[in-house]
Amino acid sequence: MGSYAKEELLACVIARLLGGARHAAIGASSPIPATGAFLHRQADPAFCVSLQQRRETNPFTEGSRELFDLAGQGRIDVFFLGGAQIDGAANINLVQADGKRFPGSFGSAYMYPVVPRVILFREEHSLRVLVKKVDFVSARGNPAALVTGKALFSWQRDRRCFRLESVHPGSSAEDVRTNTGFDYDLSSSFGATPEPTREEVRILREKVSPQIKRDYPEFAARVWKG
Amino acid sequence: MSLPSNKTEFLENPERIAESIPDGALLALPPDYSLVAMEVVRALIRRKAKNLRLLGVPILGLSADLLIGAGCVAEVETSAVSLGEAGLAPRFTEAVEKNLIKIKDATCPAIHSALQATEKGVPYIPLRGISGSDLVKNRNDWKVQDDLVLVAAIQPDIALFHARWADEAGNVWVGRRRELATVAHASRLTFVTFEEKKPGDMLEDELLAPGVISSLYVSGVAHAPRGAWPLGVAGVYGVDDTHVTQYAKAAKTAEGFRRYLEEWVLTPRKSFSPA
Repeated sequence: MGSYAKEELLACVIARLLGGARHAAIGASSPIPATGAFLHRQADPAFCVSLQQRRETNPFTEGSRELFDLAGQGRIDVFFLGGAQIDGAANINLVQADGKRFPGSFGSAYMYPVVPRVILFREEHSLRVLVKKVDFVSARGNPAALVTGKALFSWQRDRRCFRLESVHPGSSAEDVRTNTGFDYDLSSSFGATPEPTREEVRILREKVSPQIKRDYPEFAARVWKG
Repeated sequence: MSLPSNKTEFLENPERIAESIPDGALLALPPDYSLVAMEVVRALIRRKAKNLRLLGVPILGLSADLLIGAGCVAEVETSAVSLGEAGLAPRFTEAVEKNLIKIKDATCPAIHSALQATEKGVPYIPLRGISGSDLVKNRNDWKVQDDLVLVAAIQPDIALFHARWADEAGNVWVGRRRELATVAHASRLTFVTFEEKKPGDMLEDELLAPGVISSLYVSGVAHAPRGAWPLGVAGVYGVDDTHVTQYAKAAKTAEGFRRYLEEWVLTPRKSFSPA
C-alpha cells in the first residue's frame, strides 16, 4: 500500500457510494465530494457531475436556479450536504448553535428531501458536530450515507437511525463511539474502511487533481502540493 | 404596482450608481461567483450608505461582508453568507451574533421562486420539499399548505450587478448568469456596471442576444473596468483568491477590517484592480 492523503481516502469512500448514479450535483465548498465524484467518473464516463459554483464553463445556462429546477424534476440523483451539526435523526443544521452563527442553509432545505441519494459529508467527527439533536433544523431527509473523517455510516430509513459500517484507518470503533453524540447501530459486516488502492491514488493524482484544481485551487494546492 | 419605464441612463461612473441607491433600499445582490458590482459596493461604503436591506440571490459573500462591516446594512435576507474556500464571512458572522443586523434566513430555491413570482405578477409561488425545515417556522410571510410552502413574492427596490458588456442601446450582457435576468425583471430599478462598451445594439446579434438583459429593465449603467475585482468575470479575469484570503484574515477583527477599508476602499483610487 502506497501513501495517500486523508482527503484521498475520503474521496475514495465517497466514490464507492456512487455506483449506478447518473448525475451528481455539487454545491458550495465541497472539494472532497467533488473529488470523489470525479474519481467515480473515471470508472463510469456516463456519470455526469455538475458543479454549481464553477467559475468558468458553469454547466447551468439558466443561472443558479437551474440546479433546483433539475432536482425538482428528478434529473439529479446525487447531492452532498454537510452541517455545522448533524444529529442522530439525520437532521442537519447550517444556521446557528450555542450563540454561534454559521453561513446559512443554502439550498439544503429543498435538496435534502427532493434528491433521492443525498450523502451527508463532514470531515470533523466530534461531539460538537455529531449531536443528539440539532439546535436548528436547516433540512431533514433520508440520507444514503454519512461520511466523516473517522467513519462511514449507513442510514436505516425504517428505524430512522444510523448504522456504523466501517471505521477509517487511524480510528477505531471506540474512538467513533467516544466522539459521536448520538446513538447508532453496528453493522453485522462492520470492519475497517478499505484504503485507497495504488491505482485509485494514481488516478486521483493524474486525472482528477487537474479537474479539481480549476474550482478548488486552495484545496488542490494543499492536497497535491500545487 | 406600476414600474418606471426605463430608458437606460448612461452614468458617469460607479459613484453615480451608489448615489442612486437610497438609504434603506431593498438591494438585491448576486453571489461572489455571479458578476458582483464590487466597485459600486465600495462606492456605497464611501458614501456612507445606511440601513440597506440586502437580498442574496440566492447567497452572498464578500460584497455583503464589506457592507455589513462598514455599517451600511440593517437587514439581510439570504440563503447563506460565506467567503467560499476562504471560510466564514467574518463581519456578517459577528454582526448576527451580536444582534447588530436582522437576518431573514431563506433557502436558495425559495429566493429564486420569490423573484419568479414577481416576474409573473403573482403574490405567492408554491415550493415543495422545504416544509420540514425550521426555516419555515421563522417566516410568517410564507404559508404552509399540506406539503407545499407558498413563498411570498419579493420585489427588490434595486438590483445591482456587473456585466461583461453594455451597448449603445443600454442593453447589458451577462451570458449564462441568468439569475441576474430574473432579478432585473423582478426589481423596480436595475443598475449595472460593465467591463466594456459595445457599439450598436446587441439584440440585433443572434449569438449575443440570449445572454442579454434588455434595456427595458436597465435603469442605469456605468463603465467600471475590472469592476468586479477582487471577484471575477468569467472569460475575462478570475477571482483574486489571494486577495479574498487576505480579506478573510484581516476582517476577523474589527481593527483588521478597519485597516482593510482604509487601504482598499476609502483611499481614493489606490489601485483597486491590480493587473
